Amino acid sequence: MITTLDQLPNRLSVDRDGAFPDLVRTLQDGVYSGALQFTRNRQDAEDVTQETFVRVYRALDSYDEDRIRDLQLRSWVWTIALNVCRNRARTVNRHPETALVDDRVDRTADTAGEAAANIDLGTWRLRLASLTGPQRTAVVLHHVVGLPYGEIAESTGRSESTIRSDVRRGLARLRTLLEEEMR
Amino acid sequence: MTHTETITTQLAALRRSAPEGTLHAVMRQTDLADEYTLIEGPTGPAYIAWNGRGVTAFVPVKAVGSPSDFETRHPRDASLVEAPPDRLVNHLDHAIETGRLGRLPVDLSAIGEFQRRVLEKCVEIPPGEIRPYGWIAREIGNPGAVRAVGTALGRNPVPVLIPCHRVVRTDGRIGNYAYGSPMKRSLLEHEGLDTEAIETQARLGVRLVGSDTTGIYCYPTCRHAKRINDAHLIEFRSETAAVEEGYRACKVCRPAA
Repeated sequence: MITTLDQLPNRLSVDRDGAFPDLVRTLQDGVYSGALQFTRNRQDAEDVTQETFVRVYRALDSYDEDRIRDLQLRSWVWTIALNVCRNRARTVNRHPETALVDDRVDRTADTAGEAAANIDLGTWRLRLASLTGPQRTAVVLHHVVGLPYGEIAESTGRSESTIRSDVRRGLARLRTLLEEEMR
Repeated sequence: MTHTETITTQLAALRRSAPEGTLHAVMRQTDLADEYTLIEGPTGPAYIAWNGRGVTAFVPVKAVGSPSDFETRHPRDASLVEAPPDRLVNHLDHAIETGRLGRLPVDLSAIGEFQRRVLEKCVEIPPGEIRPYGWIAREIGNPGAVRAVGTALGRNPVPVLIPCHRVVRTDGRIGNYAYGSPMKRSLLEHEGLDTEAIETQARLGVRLVGSDTTGIYCYPTCRHAKRINDAHLIEFRSETAAVEEGYRACKVCRPAA
């Protein structure tokens, strides 16, 4: 059965366990892609992705039908995902022996193409790390994950105009960085 | 000169697919992932499936066939494993050996309120005894819902373990079963019931039996009915007939409200 994001809250409200796998299938690539930028490496991104959906399930478990039906699903899932990423970053900072950007796992690639793509991933992660936190979040969610401004605003609890300006400033900063790299 | 467009294109190219095992890992951590294996049931091999909450399916191999057939008819993804987990294995052995669910957990979370009440009531019927559909309907407080009880039992996800084979037609005949009437009979015979005798009694119109020493009437398979000496056994065609003779209903099998 193909379920679109719009139909999911309704299905979840009547058959939470039955519809939950479709929720994961629909949103897992986005969450993982974002988590790859918000964490140190592939392993962390994988853990964050799993933990996010486990938390999503537990939350759904405690909500009543009406609340589930009214959910803005994707931005709600991202609120949880950003929280998980923040918690993970906090743990990492408590263990300073692990570097901020660590690509160990990413180097295990099967093909040359994949290896190049992974180097790309690491390079961009470093560039994005030099943005302010809110700018990085906004840029990644909008341009990597593909979330509209309104949903980013909802999941971060900030205004849409703030998000727009964070994205704009973030991109400007990245442009400066790239130009410096090329010099 | 770097254009914003180039940057956004490169950012979009950072999108990746989540690792293949993500869904399964999440399902396991939320107790939603089903596993299954083959065990020896009371009347032959059977597939049994479970998740973190309890047993989710029980299907005799005779009724379904190969593992892939089982997976196709199972409502969720299920992976084949060697054996049931430790937390279930003792309870499961005990349930199959005694014909009583006991402490074996069953996951009824995907089941509606009415069906759950029907199945929970059905669990109370002891091995070697049978009750009519109407008994369950009355016991759960919906005396008119006889047909709905039949439907609910027909959709029992864990037959045999939840003994819907012990529920029979109101006229006392064995009746239908999700896996066919012969399997229902062999399950009952395995529990020591003489299905031929039950059918004969039903054809003769005997619904209830009483003891003229106690003045109590029962369903014929009630453990108290089985103790009645032949010389003192009285047969009744209906509850009204028994009451007219001055008999009262057994408090164990509760043949009347």
